[in-house]
Amino acid sequence: MSITLDHISYSYSIGTAYEKHALKDINLTIKDGEFIGLIGHTGSGKSTLIQHLNGLMKATSGSIYYNGKDIYDEDYDMKELRSKVGLVFQYPEHQLFETTVIKDVSFGPRNQGLPQLEIDLHSYEALKQVGIGEDLIDCSPFELSGGQKRRVAIAGVLAMRPEVLILDEPTAGLDPAGRDEILDQIAKLHKERKITVILVSHSMEDVAKYVDRILVMNKGELVYSDVPRKVFANYKVLESIGLAAPQVTYVMHGLREQGIAVDTNATTIDEAKREILKWAHREIIEG
Amino acid sequence: MGIIKAKKLVHEYIRRDEEGNAVGINRALDDLDLDIQKGDFVAILGHNGSGKSTLAKHLNAILMPTEGTLWVNGYDTKEEEHIWDIRQSAGMVFQNPDNQIISTIVEEDVGFGPENLGVPTEEIWRRVDESLRAVGMLEYRSHSPNKLSGGQKQRVAIAGIMAMKPKCIVLDEPTAMLDPDGRKEVIRTITELNKQENVTILLITHYMEEVIGADKVIVMDQGKIVMQGTPREIFTQVEELKKYRLDVPQVTELAYELRKSGLAIAEGILSVDELVNEITRL
Repeated sequence: MSITLDHISYSYSIGTAYEKHALKDINLTIKDGEFIGLIGHTGSGKSTLIQHLNGLMKATSGSIYYNGKDIYDEDYDMKELRSKVGLVFQYPEHQLFETTVIKDVSFGPRNQGLPQLEIDLHSYEALKQVGIGEDLIDCSPFELSGGQKRRVAIAGVLAMRPEVLILDEPTAGLDPAGRDEILDQIAKLHKERKITVILVSHSMEDVAKYVDRILVMNKGELVYSDVPRKVFANYKVLESIGLAAPQVTYVMHGLREQGIAVDTNATTIDEAKREILKWAHREIIEG
Repeated sequence: MGIIKAKKLVHEYIRRDEEGNAVGINRALDDLDLDIQKGDFVAILGHNGSGKSTLAKHLNAILMPTEGTLWVNGYDTKEEEHIWDIRQSAGMVFQNPDNQIISTIVEEDVGFGPENLGVPTEEIWRRVDESLRAVGMLEYRSHSPNKLSGGQKQRVAIAGIMAMKPKCIVLDEPTAMLDPDGRKEVIRTITELNKQENVTILLITHYMEEVIGADKVIVMDQGKIVMQGTPREIFTQVEELKKYRLDVPQVTELAYELRKSGLAIAEGILSVDELVNEITRL
């Protein structure tokens, strides 16, 4: 199973003075079970790109294949695609509307036309996956804390059992512990249920810590698509397009400039720690 | 007395059922004492629900204390006749730039505040010029705000507050919705306003890297202030911060981990350069 984008372009307001090319000739394959990070400054085309993946926006030109089938075919089942590719928007808690947590979460599976038993099963399971306990399921979602609301909203998408989960800045506005909880739960889902995850984020540290591959967007183009350490090795280019590398990457480059022989590829605290300790201990042995 | 002073400040949110009977009380601020001096740059940290935003909303009298007293620029916020003096003393900048911009042209948006205060027209234009220059947005004065980036919009929102000549600006997670560049722009702007215009800054944020330039950091938990000190004093206490659902900047955590592994690195490292120097010194 995979998603393939073949020469995808998207333009707004074609033929007017405001014509804008939001996506320019994007070629990309997302394989089944990948954990992908999507980064780019505001207005780089990230949100436009993810809305193409579940057919909410239709490309001006090019084709998208989901599991080998062209989603722009006339008889393609878009409704099916939207339940397979779950999209969690920014601040998804603003979309909560039901009177209880469980009703809100079961809205998706109910719309899928599942029998009641399965609706319940999927909804309870989704709530468990995001760490919302049974004590909260009959509460009004509006009585919960910000982090809890966010998790209920994510559960609403998970309850539809998507094969691909796309999250647009799921941690914006959460405290550091809330941020780690949500990302850890997503990582666990990815590992246990093998779902494909696409994480849109402004935090380079988070992206470096969790994802297998980073996609970098700039001015509607896909400029990098590689493992974190290779993408962040281009930190000067990233800075020129409004992004950055994780702080530890700057530490490693700083050390290297001071003549300390460390591998500058480290992008997480663990990698950097291992690399610096390796250097420090070797010094001690030699000394 | 400082520009902001709270004495045993309490705020309770009362939950009511459909008949209006109280069914629950949430004590969001609990006997809080605070004293902020004019010209200080104070950062407030705390997990979601710790009371930060409730405190912020007291500072320009959007919320009133349930018990205790809060003085802003010497005015007791409970005295209704001073509400405009209070709001003029402490301006607020919120999280979402799109919710704060009301005009179709940048300079008109910035002029909205002083116009409402009844400032004479010539003086309004002078303030619009000054404020836009102070946030580095003067060249965008005749632009439409909806074509600006998130960071630029927040700077316009800050200019709009500056034009009212406040003594203090309270920013409630002003960078939560911004990309890395936008975050840097906003932090640079408020740091400059603090240093050059001597505006008192209260910055509420979840990004630990943003508070290292503050004079003082306050940590809130359950409506109380549980830690306060310089950024270095606060970020030295890594475990304590994690207990309050907070974190330290990534470089601080790396330094802390290296120190725990036996390397002789100083406590409370705050920047990349400091850590590089420490390691090079080994």
